[in-house]
Amino acid sequence: MGGRNVGEQAGPDPPHTWGIEEIDMADADFVKVVREEVNELLEELESSLLELEESPEDMKIVGRAFRALHTVKGSAGMIGFDDIASFAHHVETALDKVRNGEIGLSCEFVNLVLQSKDHLTLLLQSACGEGEADAGQGEMIVDGLNTLVTESQGTGADAALQTETTDCCPGRPGNEHGVASSYYIHFLPSPACARQDRDLHEMSRCLGQLGELTILNRPETDGDEPIWDMLLSTNEELSAIREVFALYDNNPRLSIISLTMNCEEELPPHRKLGEILLERGDISPKKLQDVLSRRKLFGEVLVEENIVSRARVDSALAEQQLMTRKREICLKKTQTENIRVSAEKLDHQVNLVGELVVIQSRLSQLALQIQESELQQAVQMLERLSAEMRENVLAVRMLPIGTTFNRFRRLVRDLSGELGKEVELVTRGEETELDKSVIDKLGDPLIHLIRNSLDHGIESPEERRAAGKSARGTITLSASHSGANVAITVADDGKGLDGDRIREKAISRGIVAADADLDGERIFELIFAPGMSTAENVTNVSGRGVGMDVVKSTIEGKLKGAVAIASCRGEGTTVTITLPLTLAIIDGLLVQVSDASFVLPLAQVEKCVEISTEDVERFHDRHVFPFDDQLIPYVRLRDFFMVPGRRPDLEQMVVVQHNKHRFGLVLDSVVGSHQTVIKSLGWVYRNAQGLSGSTILGSGEVALIIDLGGIFQSALSEEQYACQR
Amino acid sequence: MDEKSEVLGSQYLTFVLREEHFAVEIFSVREVIDVATLTVIPRMPDYLCGVINLRGNVVPVVDLGLKLGMAPFSRTVNTCIMIVEIEVEERGQVEKMAMGMLTDSVLDVLDIKGEDVENVPRMGTRINTEFIKGMGRHGDKFIILLHIAAILAWEGRAVLHNLDQGVLQQEDVMNAFA
Repeated sequence: MGGRNVGEQAGPDPPHTWGIEEIDMADADFVKVVREEVNELLEELESSLLELEESPEDMKIVGRAFRALHTVKGSAGMIGFDDIASFAHHVETALDKVRNGEIGLSCEFVNLVLQSKDHLTLLLQSACGEGEADAGQGEMIVDGLNTLVTESQGTGADAALQTETTDCCPGRPGNEHGVASSYYIHFLPSPACARQDRDLHEMSRCLGQLGELTILNRPETDGDEPIWDMLLSTNEELSAIREVFALYDNNPRLSIISLTMNCEEELPPHRKLGEILLERGDISPKKLQDVLSRRKLFGEVLVEENIVSRARVDSALAEQQLMTRKREICLKKTQTENIRVSAEKLDHQVNLVGELVVIQSRLSQLALQIQESELQQAVQMLERLSAEMRENVLAVRMLPIGTTFNRFRRLVRDLSGELGKEVELVTRGEETELDKSVIDKLGDPLIHLIRNSLDHGIESPEERRAAGKSARGTITLSASHSGANVAITVADDGKGLDGDRIREKAISRGIVAADADLDGERIFELIFAPGMSTAENVTNVSGRGVGMDVVKSTIEGKLKGAVAIASCRGEGTTVTITLPLTLAIIDGLLVQVSDASFVLPLAQVEKCVEISTEDVERFHDRHVFPFDDQLIPYVRLRDFFMVPGRRPDLEQMVVVQHNKHRFGLVLDSVVGSHQTVIKSLGWVYRNAQGLSGSTILGSGEVALIIDLGGIFQSALSEEQYACQR
Repeated sequence: MDEKSEVLGSQYLTFVLREEHFAVEIFSVREVIDVATLTVIPRMPDYLCGVINLRGNVVPVVDLGLKLGMAPFSRTVNTCIMIVEIEVEERGQVEKMAMGMLTDSVLDVLDIKGEDVENVPRMGTRINTEFIKGMGRHGDKFIILLHIAAILAWEGRAVLHNLDQGVLQQEDVMNAFA
């Protein structure tokens, strides 16, 4: 089969192809790279289609979608994924018709192309040996597209006119034919034909009928060679143009160059005048060299020396100019230069920098002991450098969150259709940057939240009108920086949470006691409990009572963040997720209990106070302490972590804030702030209570990083358990 | 020689746990190190004895004796940690992980031929038979050939069990709001 023939229909049985298996072994890495690229292109295709729904007249977006699809086809063909290439080819053909204005853009069409995108994703997965793609589905889509194309081609002229009136092609003034592409035509009639002046004029008239014809260069006097240079804007095929020429001249020298602004095409490199003439056979390489060596104005010399006629030079110049312009336009479109680096390499880099920071702090400690000023200077320099390097490396891993947001447009579009609701997704702060690892883990929780908003939050258009709101609901997804954190909110303008219903449900599920006294916020927090769902009916969207608890545990457990919920009856619900900027390195507070070292996340530390034995006795060893006119509970780390050793008379209490809960941690001594490179405790200890990781101190000792939320919850549940006995 | 014995014949690293000899296949051991400062992870089962800093990496350590149900043993100068490399599957990705095994002392490397490896007795060893690959004959002694991957996979199950408890506790916390 055309194992390498991009865009050809894939044959059923390959006799001796450069098959996927072979490539897999030879270039598994290459396939991986291409696969990533294709995935990105498919995302691009999807997002442009969704934009297209908003503004169907914008032909630039059609162009973007087309280019993405075209590159998918090319890339897939390149690595021998012929199913994908062939399917993409069919879709591309249909999309091309839209691009050329032959058929109008309907909602149905966008739907089909969106389905094609899904199918392509499936095909890609199955080509890589993950899952099966349904060939029938592909055929269905292609059939659907073909039907749409044939149906609307009857009204093609209308469609073309429609797109024309909405100014589909800015920058091409005065065309009246729904122009698709421009051709540069270089034509040298055969001597027999050149004498028939009348024929030539007839010919140019015919060309004029195909589209808008601009004659750049025509023979004026009899002495000149009869060279024609023309610019033709037409939506006819190339063959139609050739036919016109064939009609009048059976042996012309004719070259037709497409000037359509397709940046995905391989552009010929910038060509010098000499090269163009050489290629046309107007000059021999030797003569060209001759002239070049004289270095006069090149075209002039050629004419003066009677090597090439003025007309030929002018014609070549005209072509050169056009090509230059075409290149310029396309260059402007190319995006800023980026390098694709595997995440693995970046992770490794972060690890290395982490180790560098550890070594550096060890050096600083040694320098302090040695008390040698020159050494200390050098160490200080190193300290600055490594701090800068750390920030740099972390910045490289930062990605704008917008990439994640775009994924949800499709989700909202499809779900709102399914649920019969009109919903618009508004995104803000797409440029907010977050660590890649955080973004990766954020996707699922956000999907849950958006689904919830769509299903439970936003009402049906009728209900909304009855409530005096616009029929179209809005879900706002926004991200913003706040200090060392990023706040992400999912807000809807739907009916809001029903506190009474949540309470009822929580009581019937045994999550809270029937006589529990809960204020508003506490009630809303109940929806994060496992097994809670207040949707009356279980739909395939939500209502199974899983979801919100997963959201909470993912964000608190994996992302070390916090979730808060606010709601107002009839006005909507807002869920706010607060996340740390990075998971790799944090500012920590190093503390000690006997010989054991612990690190607290500095961002959550409020204050350090002393607490003496008398203070403890004053409260009869009840673990509470007055702070800021408030009685706050405390946890003694020595007891919680069962650290051996004797309790000192004067202890330190570090007041921390977690999720609006303020409490104290009582420990032996506070060492100071510490740049904490987070190291996972590993698979064995992933459920260690009250600990979120570890770090290596300058001394080489391993210190444990405290998970404040974990300590609070464990201490709370232990005390509850003890009191129930 | 049956197929199984053929697979099992190889070089083994022998070590001592409470005066009894055990062995693991040499290729699974990356290195043997002295016990440096062990940082204890609180609130975990006693056989999970802590983590060490191995050239900038935090490596968890398992007390193999306690894990196999033996009595606690105080550390001596001979106590050392075998660093083994295991493969862990997490979210579909296989990752290599280093783990430390606390042993009372490490002896030497032995060639044990396939024909000298006996099948695991169904009972009598008082060790979970899943943890044993076979019984290696060396002179007039038998050495228990341990299945490191199985021991650590068992650890994975224990961890999962803990996770379930975690969920229960979350409910407790919800109750606490009442």
